[in-house]
Amino acid sequence: MSKTILQVEDLHTSFFTRAGEVKAVDGISFHVDERETFGLVGESACGKTVTGLSLLRLLPEPAGRIVGGKIILNGRNILELSKKEMRSVRGKEISMILQDPMTSLNPVYTVGNQIAESIKLHQGLQDDKVTDEVISALRLLKIPAPESRLRDYPFQMSGGMRQRVVGAIAMSCRPNLLIADEPTTALDATIQAQYIALFQDVQRTTNVGILFITHDFGVVAKMCHRVGVMYAGRIVETATTSKIFKDPRHPYTVALINSVPRLEEKDKRLFSIEGQPPSLLNLPPGCRFAARCSQVMDKCREQQPAEIDVGDGHLVSCWRVK
Amino acid sequence: MPDTTEEKPKKKFTGLPLRARVIRKLSLIIPLIIMFLVVIMAVFADLSWLGLPNVRLSPHDPDDVVIRDRFLPPAFMDGGKSEYLLGTDKLGRDVLSRIIYGSRISLSISALVISITACIGTVLGIFAGYAGGRIDGFIMRVTDVALSFPGLLMAMLLAVAIQPGYWTVVFALSILGWAPYARLLRGEALKIRDSDFVAQARVCGASPWRIMLRHIFPNVINSLVVMITLSVGMVILAEAVLSFLGIGVPAPTASWGSMVNDGRGYLDTAWWISAFPGIAIGLVVMSGNFLGDWLRDKLDPRLRQL
Repeated sequence: MSKTILQVEDLHTSFFTRAGEVKAVDGISFHVDERETFGLVGESACGKTVTGLSLLRLLPEPAGRIVGGKIILNGRNILELSKKEMRSVRGKEISMILQDPMTSLNPVYTVGNQIAESIKLHQGLQDDKVTDEVISALRLLKIPAPESRLRDYPFQMSGGMRQRVVGAIAMSCRPNLLIADEPTTALDATIQAQYIALFQDVQRTTNVGILFITHDFGVVAKMCHRVGVMYAGRIVETATTSKIFKDPRHPYTVALINSVPRLEEKDKRLFSIEGQPPSLLNLPPGCRFAARCSQVMDKCREQQPAEIDVGDGHLVSCWRVK
Repeated sequence: MPDTTEEKPKKKFTGLPLRARVIRKLSLIIPLIIMFLVVIMAVFADLSWLGLPNVRLSPHDPDDVVIRDRFLPPAFMDGGKSEYLLGTDKLGRDVLSRIIYGSRISLSISALVISITACIGTVLGIFAGYAGGRIDGFIMRVTDVALSFPGLLMAMLLAVAIQPGYWTVVFALSILGWAPYARLLRGEALKIRDSDFVAQARVCGASPWRIMLRHIFPNVINSLVVMITLSVGMVILAEAVLSFLGIGVPAPTASWGSMVNDGRGYLDTAWWISAFPGIAIGLVVMSGNFLGDWLRDKLDPRLRQL
C-alpha cells in the first residue's frame, strides 16, 4: 500500500455572512495517497472549491473560516501551523492549479520568471540553478523548446500552452500534493484529453498525489483512481472510479451518472435531477438530498444518514443502503 | 508545391503619405517639442552647476535691473531693442531671461511635488486596496477628506502660516496632492488583488508584501504613468497661481506665476510682461495634457492582452 499524503478528517468550513453561517463544507473526510488521483465531483456550489482552498488555508478572509476538523499533510496537521510556516508549505508541499489559464499568469512577467518565483521562494538556489529548474519544470509538462519558451510572455502563448505553464508553476518545487480545480474546464475537448494524459505522465514521474476537483464525470473516468461525490457540503459517496460507475449506491451518484450525455442514446431526452440543492444557510435536518431524491423515505427527512462502509473502502451515506 | 503563378508586383503597404502622418501626429509631436524645449531651457539657462557660470542660454541675468531700459517692448515692435527679444519689465529686467530661469522653478517644483505625491499615493493606494477591510476604510476616508479639501486654500494657509518660499510651495502642494493617486491606485489594486494570478502567487507561497511589490505594482504602472503626465500641468498651474498670489517663491526669483503678477498693473501699456510667461504656462500645461491623453490611449489596459 502506498503512503498517505493527505488525510482530511471531519473538515468543517463556514462563511460567516450577514445572513448567518453558511456551512460550505460540513464534515468531510477523505484521503489522498502518493501517486493517486482522488476526484471530488459535484455540481456547482457544493463546496468542492472551498475544500481545495481550505487545504491551502487560502479562504477569502475574513468571512471564510475553518471551524473544525484536521488536515494532515505529510504527517502533520497544517491547521496548527503559523501563517509563515503555512507559506513555506504552499508551493512546496502542496500546490494548486487554478481554473483559467488565461488569467492565472501575470501579464507583465515572462513565463520563466513566473516559474522561477516559486523556486526562488522555496529553495534558495543560485540564478543559473534556478534557470535549470525552470527548464526542467517546463520539460516535465512537455513544453517544446523550453530554453526559448521561458522568455515568452503569457500573451505570446496559446491557451493550452498557458495551461501547461500553469502546471509547470504548480509542479516547479515537486510538491507531494497537487490540487487541480477544474483545470480542464476552460480547454476544448482535444486539448483536454492531451492535458489529462500529460498529467498522468507527470504523476508517474513525480509520484504526486492529485486532488482533482471537477463536475465532469467523463474527466473523472479518465483521470481519477478514486472518487468522492459531494453534495451540499458533504461527501455522500466515496469509492474507486470503477465501482462508482459500475455499482453506484447513493441515489445522487446514480442520478449524476445518468445525467452524463451518451453517444448511443442520441434520441432520448437527457436525464436531469429535478429541483435545486438546499440553501447552505438553512440546511434540512435530514439527508440533504432528500428533497430531490427519487427513493426518499420518511426517515430521510428527519435524520442524517451515517457513513457506511459497504466493502473495500466504498463509503455511502444513505438510509437505503444496508 | 511551389507557387508558379505570375508574380504580382509587390505593393508594400506604407499607410498614409508622410505629410499626412505627421499632421495626424501633430498633437503628439508639438507637445513633445515644447516639453523638450522647456527642459533644455531649464537645464541650460546657465551652466554654473557645471562650474561654467559664463556659459548661458539666457541673454541676460534674470535679476539684472537696468532702469534705463524699463518697459521696453519686444524686439519685433516699434521701440524694441534687439537685445531684449521679448521686452523688459518695470525694472528693466529681460522678460525672456526671466522666463528661461522661471522654467527652472516651475519644472523643479513640479518634479518634486509629483515624485512626493506619486510615491505616497501609490504606497497608500496599493496598501489600502490589497489590505481591504478596516485599513482600506480608514485610508480611503482620509483620502476623501484630502480630496474634498480645497487644495489652493490649504496651500495659501500654509504659505501664510509658515513663511513663503520654495520648500513651502513644495510642501503645500504635496500635502493634499497624493489623494488622487491613492484613490486611483486603490481601485486598480483592488481589481488586481482578486485576479487569478495573484491567487496563483499566493498558492506558490508568496507573502503579502511580495504580492504587492511584485504582482500588483507592475500592473498599475500604466495608470500611474498616465496620472503623472496629467498632473504635470496641474502642478505647474498651481505653482503659478501661488506665485501670482504672492505666496509662492518670493521675489526677486523669477517664476512664471509671479511674472504674470508683476505685469498685472501694466496690462494696457506693457502687456508683454504678463503675456509671455502666461503663454509659457499655457503651452506647458497643454503639452502635459496632450501627452497624458496620448499615453492613456497607448497604455489603455483594454488594449493589453491579459
